[in-house]
Amino acid sequence: MVFGGLLLLVSCYDDVREPNIQYMPNMYEPVGYEAYGEVDFLPDHQEALVPPSNTIPRGWMPYRYENTLEGKEQARVQKSPLDSLNIEDDLATGGQLYTIYCAICHGDKGDGQGTLVKREKILGVPKYDDPARNITIGTTYHTIHYGLNSMGSYASQMNTKEMWQVSAYVMQLKQDLTK
Amino acid sequence: MKKVPYRHPISKILGITVLFFLLFSASIYAQEDAASEQPAAEAGSDTAAESDGDPVAGKALFNQNCAACHALNRKMTGPALANVESRLQEEEGLDRDWLYGWIKNSPGTIASGDAYANKIYNEYNQAAMTAFPTLSNADIDNILAYTAAPPPAPVAAATSATGGAQTGGGDASGISNEIILGALAVVFALLVMMLFLVNKTLRRIAEANGVVYEKELAEKRTPIWKAFAQNQFLVLVTVIFLLLGSAYFAYGWMMQVGVDQGYEPIQPIHYSHRIHAGDNKIECKYCHSSARVSKHSGIPSLNVCMNCHKSIYQVADETLQEGKQEYGVDYNNEIKKLYTAVGWDVENQRYTGESKPVEWVRIHNLPDFAYFNHSQHVSVAGIQCQQCHGPVEEMEVMYQYSPLTMGWCINCHRETNIKIEGNEYYEKIHAELSKKYGVDQLTAAQMGGLECGKCHY
Repeated sequence: MVFGGLLLLVSCYDDVREPNIQYMPNMYEPVGYEAYGEVDFLPDHQEALVPPSNTIPRGWMPYRYENTLEGKEQARVQKSPLDSLNIEDDLATGGQLYTIYCAICHGDKGDGQGTLVKREKILGVPKYDDPARNITIGTTYHTIHYGLNSMGSYASQMNTKEMWQVSAYVMQLKQDLTK
Repeated sequence: MKKVPYRHPISKILGITVLFFLLFSASIYAQEDAASEQPAAEAGSDTAAESDGDPVAGKALFNQNCAACHALNRKMTGPALANVESRLQEEEGLDRDWLYGWIKNSPGTIASGDAYANKIYNEYNQAAMTAFPTLSNADIDNILAYTAAPPPAPVAAATSATGGAQTGGGDASGISNEIILGALAVVFALLVMMLFLVNKTLRRIAEANGVVYEKELAEKRTPIWKAFAQNQFLVLVTVIFLLLGSAYFAYGWMMQVGVDQGYEPIQPIHYSHRIHAGDNKIECKYCHSSARVSKHSGIPSLNVCMNCHKSIYQVADETLQEGKQEYGVDYNNEIKKLYTAVGWDVENQRYTGESKPVEWVRIHNLPDFAYFNHSQHVSVAGIQCQQCHGPVEEMEVMYQYSPLTMGWCINCHRETNIKIEGNEYYEKIHAELSKKYGVDQLTAAQMGGLECGKCHY
């Protein structure tokens, strides 16, 4: 009998592909719609959707320049909305975010030598002090917001303030590189 | 190629001995043969193309400046560049001077009304090529020499040869395991047979010598089960033991109900955390970006995958071999699944607009009556993801590492000091509470991390 019990135990533990049984499933399963859940009446049956058109997600601000070359040139002269008195904190936060999102390709110092570049997975990542590109904080924000060529948009991973903080940090890296 | 550490060194030694005894040395020699072929093949690839530029220097320049938008043999943001110079010469009648002008100032060439420049500009969705005034003519010669160099095919052949050798090695160890087991089974069967034979022979000898068995004597005794049943004390003790034993196992079984530790479902796309977070050292929060700011850690939407996989359309050869041999997965196929889901047309480098959701299977499920917030733990407490999710950077297939039971939560809250550095929110309450409890550092539990209403409401 003990042996049988052991067998039963083992057989229950064994299957890692299926979730375990629960005591009272109706206390475990959510009544409301869960994030990323499957919902019958929504498009593609998924709860996760992009914001409807003409709405502004919380934390994001509308961006006035278009995703064209002219738009990028117009964006070149725009100023950062960050409070210049608080720049130390913003640069610190920007640095942390830069390490998460940008350094994997652009490198910790902004020299285009991130891990993925060193391992030859992604190539052709420019340095920030490349004179032909002549980046400003405005074009940096524009590029993070829309992406450029092979680089994708990061507007889904960071909100408007965070993107400006990263842009400020990138300008600091550029300054350090040109020194 | 990564070599898997052998898990049973003793059986390995046994296996090798058996291998030698059974003269299976052929497969061992086969490995050496394959290995010796490799340097010869590599030497063959060193024949560089004849050109007035230096293809090696050109490769470095190409990777640094061009490879973001151009590849040699496939379209990216810009056209494929293999043999670009000879193709332009033959098809368009454009010489190297035109290329100098174009690379150094492509917007200028377009503005000047050059027919081919405008044609290619419009063909590639008017994506302007960055001007490279910093590249000298010699630099451009080097790059052109690199694009004219023949593709390094022999290296690929060498890789597949070593791959074959590795397969041979894997088979050999599989065979040796089976041989050991088989040999042991045969030996065991022989022993059993011998025991029977010896027993039989001894009986025969005993009968021949007139020795009488104690069979008759044995039958007069009370059978052992009857003796047992008559001894009430023994019966009582046994019953108690049996009850306790079954209670122990029943308790153990009931305690694991609803605990999904080790849950490892099959996902619609085989995503290897080992390659992404381990080998390539991508931050967890790159993909799970909402873990910083929200309750959920967030399954990345497919545009986040495409941030890298727009460029990375196939894995390196070694990775592909490793995946096929060790995990039975064709990684390139998995990338294709991503492209289908997100609606990315690799040939034309654009989105088709036909996407379909990927139905990831959620692994970490908390019951609805328990509240958990990622941002509180990740951003405020600064806890590493690995503390709860285990060595994700080593997991080929993601599984639930922690039990996620209430006892497990509470243990951690009792042991972990709260992080007060740079957090004004905690300053005052920390000062007062630490005075009250008489400690320097408050644990999460002392801060109220055990209150029922914090997680159940």
